[in-house]
Amino acid sequence: MVNPNVEGKKYAATEPYLVGREKIREFARAVMSENPLNFDVLPAQAAGYEDIIAPPTFAVVIQERSLKTVLADPEADIDFSRVVHGDQRFVHVRPIVAGDELTSVLSVASVKNVANLSMITFNTEIFDSAKQLVCTAISTLIVRGEE
Amino acid sequence: MTHINIAGLEVGQVIGTKEFLLTRDSLVRYAGASGDFNPIHYRDDFAKSVGLPGVIAHGMLTMGLSVQVAVDWVGDPGKVSDYSTRFTKMVDVDAAEGAVLVVTGKIAEIDAENNEVRVDLTTMFGEIAVLGKAQVRVRL
Repeated sequence: MVNPNVEGKKYAATEPYLVGREKIREFARAVMSENPLNFDVLPAQAAGYEDIIAPPTFAVVIQERSLKTVLADPEADIDFSRVVHGDQRFVHVRPIVAGDELTSVLSVASVKNVANLSMITFNTEIFDSAKQLVCTAISTLIVRGEE
Repeated sequence: MTHINIAGLEVGQVIGTKEFLLTRDSLVRYAGASGDFNPIHYRDDFAKSVGLPGVIAHGMLTMGLSVQVAVDWVGDPGKVSDYSTRFTKMVDVDAAEGAVLVVTGKIAEIDAENNEVRVDLTTMFGEIAVLGKAQVRVRL
């Protein structure tokens, strides 16, 4: 069972992640995007962006880095081999753009232990180098208890 | 602003349908792109050892490709301001055949004041809906 005392716990900001064009293109191909704004600089600039922009779920790459900190936290006591993804949400202030340097701050919004399951919800706030909020990623993991 | 005129939209209107073929290759590609290397997404022996029927797709891959229907419609992925879903069913991806997902987007809510709409997505794997409450908020 996940330790309910980690509810409200806030983890240290991650090291900056520099969003590269090729990483966006790689991710866009992987989610089967055919949108030119994910691949080509000129149409992205014509649409008003500095560079190519990321698909709407790209922030999961940043969220993943924060999650690793929690999964490695002995206090939280999460058995990763028993984790399934329950739900996911991304709230964007603006899209992620190639060239962004992003840091993320993760906090545990809630921990619920019901029967043989734990549900833990995280908020990951993603900031650019000007400390402006770009996206909030909200994720619930379900951890199955021991048989 | 986009090419879409909010006044011409109706709740219930279908904005697009798209078919996606997921193969084991797609899963490996997504693992590399996302950094999610959980072996349940590429190793049958491992997947079976944790009680799964075999290799399953990343929920986040299903989420990521489903939203493309809304993106294709609006034309600009940066117009998606809010996107959420539950992962209700697994997509087991056959080594030889792969798995076909059919995604349909429908207008669910029209907010003319803020020039925003909510699009609800349905992602079918055969007869099974694999996402629950997949909702996309789009700025027009």
